Amino acid sequence: MGAFLLRRAVEAALTLIGVAIVVFVLVRVVPGDPIAMMISPGASEADIQALRALYGLDKSILAQFFIWAGHAVTGDFGTSISLRQNVVSLILSRLPATLELAAAATALAVALGVVFAVLGIMWSRRFPEKIIDGFNGVVLAIPDFIWALAFILLFGVLFPLAPISGRIDPRIEFEFVTNFYFVEALLRGEIAVLADLFAHGWMPALALGLPLAAIITRVLKGSLDQAMVEDYVTMARVKGFGRLRIVVGEALQNAAIPALTITGVQFTFLVGGTVLIEKIFSYPGIGNLAIDAVINRDLPLIQGLIVTFAVIFIFVNLSVDMMYALLNPRLRHG
Amino acid sequence: MSNTVLTIANLHAELRAGRKTGPGILRNVSLTVHQGEMHGLVGESGAGKSMIARAILGILPRSILISDGSIDCLGRQMVGLADSDRRKILGRDISLIPQDPLTALNPARRIGAQMTDVMRLHLGWSRARAHDAALALLNEVHIRDAEAVLRRYPHELSGGMRQRVLIATAFACEPKLIIADEPTTALDVTVQKQILRLLREMQNRHGTAILLVTHDLGVVAKMCRSLSVIHSGMIVEQGEVSDIVTRPEHAFTRALFAATPRYDRPADALSPVPGEVVRELEEKAATFDRARAGLS
Repeated sequence: MGAFLLRRAVEAALTLIGVAIVVFVLVRVVPGDPIAMMISPGASEADIQALRALYGLDKSILAQFFIWAGHAVTGDFGTSISLRQNVVSLILSRLPATLELAAAATALAVALGVVFAVLGIMWSRRFPEKIIDGFNGVVLAIPDFIWALAFILLFGVLFPLAPISGRIDPRIEFEFVTNFYFVEALLRGEIAVLADLFAHGWMPALALGLPLAAIITRVLKGSLDQAMVEDYVTMARVKGFGRLRIVVGEALQNAAIPALTITGVQFTFLVGGTVLIEKIFSYPGIGNLAIDAVINRDLPLIQGLIVTFAVIFIFVNLSVDMMYALLNPRLRHG
Repeated sequence: MSNTVLTIANLHAELRAGRKTGPGILRNVSLTVHQGEMHGLVGESGAGKSMIARAILGILPRSILISDGSIDCLGRQMVGLADSDRRKILGRDISLIPQDPLTALNPARRIGAQMTDVMRLHLGWSRARAHDAALALLNEVHIRDAEAVLRRYPHELSGGMRQRVLIATAFACEPKLIIADEPTTALDVTVQKQILRLLREMQNRHGTAILLVTHDLGVVAKMCRSLSVIHSGMIVEQGEVSDIVTRPEHAFTRALFAATPRYDRPADALSPVPGEVVRELEEKAATFDRARAGLS
């Protein structure tokens, strides 16, 4: 286990360096100039040059990279050009909101995916299975931002059931110690705050989670179908167990492995999806921050955010690999 | 009160597709297993012996339909039995020793969980009580360090060990009838003998009736008192093993005896059973396909 973690840590470091280089070069060669976004019209050429020198943008890309990387390894990602704040503290203050949203969306996706896959197998070769398959096909074809817009129109405008923007009602008077609002409200037992977080969060979480739920349903149902003809399933039938117990107790764990693989891969799309979803729901996470950073050509902030996303992906892949061992006893001690 | 645990009478089974039924897989099969006896069911691959086993357990493939006859097990009619009623009998009164111990255990669950679940389901025992019973059963099938084995996963045990576990589990609820479906076919030759001896020993101790499904007449001759020989879905010979071994009536039985390899004969003296079940079945299936094609 120790050797495994060490190898993964080295791989992660190499990945991060690669990501940093690519992003650093890319944001500097694409059109758009951060200085042009900050100066007032009619500024003199000398002022522009002075600003350029102030931010170090007059040096070569290679020189700029080494300056940036030298600071980055000490944990200093510079100052945001547009927001004039420290990049690290800015990201750390917004990251919890995104992590909670992504976690909620994933939890919803897994719950819905497992329930519908199991129901589909329970009704295998009967009419309800066709309804589940057909409905699932439709959900598979609709991307997250369409769900977001549909929810806003449906539950925000047509039947105003829930707030459609923000993370929490600003009128709520509650001093959070951390920015993990949901976790903190849960631990401190604040029911009213939790309810408001739910009211704000269910639409973006559901919009983000539905496409993943449909993918999990399809993959898991397929592998459950295969598992149901295995000999150990026949043995469970011959022992006198009912169908639900057999699907959940015997087949599910073995069938979960392909579904886990696809969930791990699709999770990166889900995190990428937070960028649009957070913008649509004005949700104060790093996705929303990323869009503003790109619009303002805020180079230090963009770089910091990309590295953050890369760290999240690496962490998720690592957790998926560790979960394989949990599901498949043959992979343990090995 | 008769002392039979299983009576199959005039059983017919057919392949079906839609509303159309096809060739007979089983034809007029009748068979009786008495309390505490080991009955051998012998036949070639494809003769229909596993179909009989599956018909008793109610786990026939969807494409096979029992068209006539009855399966009476402990006074209950198994043909057409509701699923909920069948589940009360399976595992409790009838259990199965499967053909392939390598695939019959769930790779994701510990041995202990897979042995105790059936006792907790049917006997309503607590986890602790079922655990103790599983320990005793493992000792009965001569597994050393039983406590540790209960904590293991199937992949950590050898094929022979897994079959011992499955035999122990089959006896867990003290069933009246055990169906052993080719219990040694998937095992190493050296292990086969030990497993058969163990099965015999367990049967004597528990007095359970066993229907031993096998292609090996030699095994039946050693293990069973009575036997049925099945050929192309029909029982061609039935009776006491001692009678049939000395005076086989049907040509197929004689051929089966001749085909049983013996150590006192050179290997090249092997005489295969004449005729081919497979070809016969293929012909039947072809007829069926033609009939179905005519239907659509």
